[in-house]
Amino acid sequence: MDQILQKLEYAFPGADIELKNTSSMHVGHNAKGMHLKTIISYRGFKGKSLIEQHRMVQNALEAELGNEIHALSIKTTIK
Amino acid sequence: MTDDQKTLVENMINSDRVFLMLKGTPEMPRCGFSARVVEILNGTGASYGSFNVFDDYNIMNMIKEYSNWPTTPQLYVDGKLVGGCDIVEELATSGELEKILTPAEKE
Repeated sequence: MDQILQKLEYAFPGADIELKNTSSMHVGHNAKGMHLKTIISYRGFKGKSLIEQHRMVQNALEAELGNEIHALSIKTTIK
Repeated sequence: MTDDQKTLVENMINSDRVFLMLKGTPEMPRCGFSARVVEILNGTGASYGSFNVFDDYNIMNMIKEYSNWPTTPQLYVDGKLVGGCDIVEELATSGELEKILTPAEKE
């Protein structure tokens, strides 16, 4: 979790970042990996569509998605 | 991704104006995020086509590559990716989804 947060902080300098492990909400789901939720408020999202903002977050965690992260819920706002 | 694969995906997502790639079916979604998008779409009364990615893992991989979007569900309108569950939820809350789903007036 700490490493994932660090990656996000590195990718979105100066952003307000919240990261929660919501895996307990998905018990019984036979998935490997964590369910995470992140809320990111970042200046660099300005002028970008929602799709682009979410892609930026997905790209920052590309290596983890599908591995230790099973599902990532994203909420982005412009700081 | 080959041209044939691209054509296959494009034909699929353009088969309906509103098209949902999901895990499971609209009647029986097999993932919480897919279920949420189905619930929202059904709430709008929009008609839509759909494909269950569990029916063909090749298509699941193709669609992710085609759209540069790593997860399903994926909602398409007029062949364009609108987003996954989070974005659909956000657009539904802001009222924008209804505008996107309403066809533009024909001239």
